[in-house]
Amino acid sequence: MSEAIPSPGAATMDSSDDKIPVVEFKDVSITFDVKPVLQNISFSVERGQTLILLGPAGCGKSVLLKLANGLLGPDSGSIRIFGKEITTMRERDLYALRAHIGMVFQESALFDSLSVEDNVAYRLHEEHVPVDEAHTRVVEALKFVELEQAIDKFPSELSGGMRRRVSIARAIISGPDLILYDSPTGGLDPITSTTIIELVMKQRDVSHTTSLLVTHRLQDAFTLATHRYDAAKGMVALPKDGPNHGIDDSTKFLMLNEGNVVFHGTTEELIHSEDPWIKEYLE
Amino acid sequence: MALVSPDVYIKQRIAAVQEYSILSGRAIADVFTGPHYWADVFTQMDSIGVGSMPIIVLTGFFTGCVLALQSVTALQEFGAVSMTGSLVSLSMVKELGPVLTGLMVSGRNAAGMASELGSMKVTEQIDAMRALGTDPVRKLVAPRLIATVFMLFFLTIIADAFGIAGGALVAVYLLGLNGNLYLHNSYRSLVHGDIVQGLTKPLFSGLIIATVGCYFGMKTTGGTQGVGRATTQAVVVSSVFIIIVDLLVTRAMIGIFGS
Repeated sequence: MSEAIPSPGAATMDSSDDKIPVVEFKDVSITFDVKPVLQNISFSVERGQTLILLGPAGCGKSVLLKLANGLLGPDSGSIRIFGKEITTMRERDLYALRAHIGMVFQESALFDSLSVEDNVAYRLHEEHVPVDEAHTRVVEALKFVELEQAIDKFPSELSGGMRRRVSIARAIISGPDLILYDSPTGGLDPITSTTIIELVMKQRDVSHTTSLLVTHRLQDAFTLATHRYDAAKGMVALPKDGPNHGIDDSTKFLMLNEGNVVFHGTTEELIHSEDPWIKEYLE
Repeated sequence: MALVSPDVYIKQRIAAVQEYSILSGRAIADVFTGPHYWADVFTQMDSIGVGSMPIIVLTGFFTGCVLALQSVTALQEFGAVSMTGSLVSLSMVKELGPVLTGLMVSGRNAAGMASELGSMKVTEQIDAMRALGTDPVRKLVAPRLIATVFMLFFLTIIADAFGIAGGALVAVYLLGLNGNLYLHNSYRSLVHGDIVQGLTKPLFSGLIIATVGCYFGMKTTGGTQGVGRATTQAVVVSSVFIIIVDLLVTRAMIGIFGS
């Protein structure tokens, strides 16, 4: 794989106090019509952590991710992103905050009337970055996802996996401090899914960006938890040495079921959980 | 469709009016405050204005023709056939030009806006836009609002002109009236208030077409079926609104100009 994309663009959020969680939910609840989707959800994600959101379909994982980006507002509770309360923030201020957040949508959500280059450069164009600089950064981002040959294509000409990779390039181009992945492997074949997970891993291990990843594929979740991207060798490896059998503590799990948190902890804790529902789900 | 109780139904309707008002208010505010997406404005002007030219020309022309034919029959009874030009021009400029242009552009562009924005909504492109730090109202609604109001004004003038020309053609070649007399009467009968009335209406129609089309597009749910539903609702609601507002503007103009 090619080298990591540098983090230019949006100025990073104030990192003077690394102890402030990047994402913090406190007693967050949301109801659609009469159906409660999330109930009293509380958790936090520290700087540099990757939190994998697991759970059956329809348990509120994607809603949680949209709440974290301010795309939805909760009925009650507090959501703090980079230490700032977003539930009471004006929409105008939310747009400014989102300059520091990258998001990969479930179905890619590429702008179908724009080329791959314009899709990836969308945020740069909005920030009036000079055309040459924007082009250079688009090429870098597309190299990161190994798709530089598709720069002139339109989304309709791409496969599902390619669209997902373009979506990742669009999310990382401004060097965000937080990335939200909404089922990045959903609906993809196993080989393409592995490619996408390797890109997520590469972004995690090279840029150490805080991230939330929604998935219902256990295989993807555990690959991400147990494998590392070796920047020196430019490939993904399975570390056998080190504490916790080489499993990185910075990757944690949050499991949801019927709108409630049923587990929040490390990979080891998840594997050894005695909770019957979790055991059944993992099996 | 699930049945709901009357109070829930009323609450839903009031909420819809509230959402529409908020969206329209924000779009109008965005028109008067920067930044503006001028490239999108010009693209929409091309699509709405230039793209609607053929249907507006044809509608205006044939309406003028029919109006001349119909009015001659009635005017003959009073021996006032020479007033055909006056009747056609007054009808076209004050009423038929603005209303028919509004309805035609509504059918073409309110539907287009609802389906385009509706498709973007159901494929999460609008959420992606917000996630990328762009206000979709400023980027998508405001340019359509500016373009529709601006272009509908000129489309109405074109419809009026072709309507009067169509009337002239029928009056001269089918009814054997004097062309100079027709045009002289057409010109003489129009006063300042008629022109103001005729050109005020498209400003309101443009506002209705853009805001209603975008509102139904932005609130689309339910996949491709939802897009179809949003498109139909946009055309129906904007057409009805145009006719209702036409009545209100006409009454207001009569109050101001007295005729």
